[in-house]
Amino acid sequence: MEFLRPVTWADALEAKHETPAALPVQGGTDVMVEINFDVRRPAALLDLNRVRELAEWDEADGRMRIGAGVPYARVIGELGDRLPGLAQASRTVGSPQIRNRGSIGGNLGAASPAGDAHPPLLAGDAVIEVESAERGVRMIPATEFYLGVKRNALEPDELIRAVWTAPASGPQYFSKIGTRNAMVIAVCSFAVALHPEERRVGTGVGSAAPTPRRATAAEEFISHELDWDGRGPLSESAARRFGELVREAAAPIDDVRGTAGYRRHALAVMARRTLTWAWNDHRAERREAS
Amino acid sequence: MRVNVTVNGSEETVDDVWEGESLLYMLRERMGLPGSKNACEQGECGSCTVYLDGVTACACLVAAGQAEGREVRTVEGLAEGQPGDERLDPVQQAFVEAGAVQCGFCTPGLVVQAHDLIERTPEPSDAEIREALAGNLCRCTGYEKILDAVRLAARRKAAPK
Repeated sequence: MEFLRPVTWADALEAKHETPAALPVQGGTDVMVEINFDVRRPAALLDLNRVRELAEWDEADGRMRIGAGVPYARVIGELGDRLPGLAQASRTVGSPQIRNRGSIGGNLGAASPAGDAHPPLLAGDAVIEVESAERGVRMIPATEFYLGVKRNALEPDELIRAVWTAPASGPQYFSKIGTRNAMVIAVCSFAVALHPEERRVGTGVGSAAPTPRRATAAEEFISHELDWDGRGPLSESAARRFGELVREAAAPIDDVRGTAGYRRHALAVMARRTLTWAWNDHRAERREAS
Repeated sequence: MRVNVTVNGSEETVDDVWEGESLLYMLRERMGLPGSKNACEQGECGSCTVYLDGVTACACLVAAGQAEGREVRTVEGLAEGQPGDERLDPVQQAFVEAGAVQCGFCTPGLVVQAHDLIERTPEPSDAEIREALAGNLCRCTGYEKILDAVRLAARRKAAPK
């Protein structure tokens, strides 16, 4: 095995170009488990910890660009006001030690259907910036990034540079089912984001299909249903219907963490609850403003 | 491969490190620092918690090569003074006094993680203690004495000298 230690982004891309079989490692919270348990023996490890720009985020022209190496702990500490959905999801990842090391880019690289960052990225219309030495930058919408269980849209010579997403323009919530409040891989998870300026609701369903996915029919239904102008209350029947449509968007399986039936049921409940929280926040915002 | 790393304040050079090896393995098997414990090897148990550049991490999930040029502080580096004339860190002392140790396997990780908590949050609430230690498993104590120890250590560190 080789151990590649690029210091600049250009060197990292060059290394991935020369050794496409090199496995990028950021916080190691997925990669090192596989190596420790001998389920993976990559030809090379490509350590990205040294590439400083990956650990930075910035905001320009109304868009956030979050470097692939920004760990969950910093998403929580530094981005909670701008990206509350992603911060809430980050807060449910592993333990403090895991959140200190694990990163959004690592979550995307592993592309597990249970990855906690995926639902809020989908709900927030995130775009993944990837790059190769030969062909330059590609911008891949999150909806097109996840291709299958632990498969993503990266070419062998590409690396994940950053995630682009707009700062929240309305309330966002993330909810996750697990056996306790820490060290839990999601049984299933759900994220909702209100986009009031566009009169639109975004969603993300986690751990309930081969890939994270949006609940498109649920989004369309509730975006038309909500009283965006008057900010009137959310009817119980509309919230329930939203939950049903989210449930129908899922394609879960029975596995060690839960049954398909349980996941469907839990998704409907989480969707109804998180939407209610988000809409109530949105209504309260107006009352505060007036 | 060769790894240059500062461990507990001392600059070290380690040779013949396998590229896929963890920082935990390097510390325990190549550097004679068995304080950090090897239990789950998947980040679930926290027994191998160390500081990496001042931030706590599971050493089993850090590739040894990722520690190149960086500073590691293990449980062995918490006490002050020389061997034979050591002054335990207040967290270690509190674990002893509160009876927070039974088999002791989880203790080094808990001590490092609790040390970090008190550094960042000098007067932690019970909820903050539980959250900070959520990734450190103990199968003996039922955690109550551990919580007592952390509260005791925090009180002592916060008390005027």
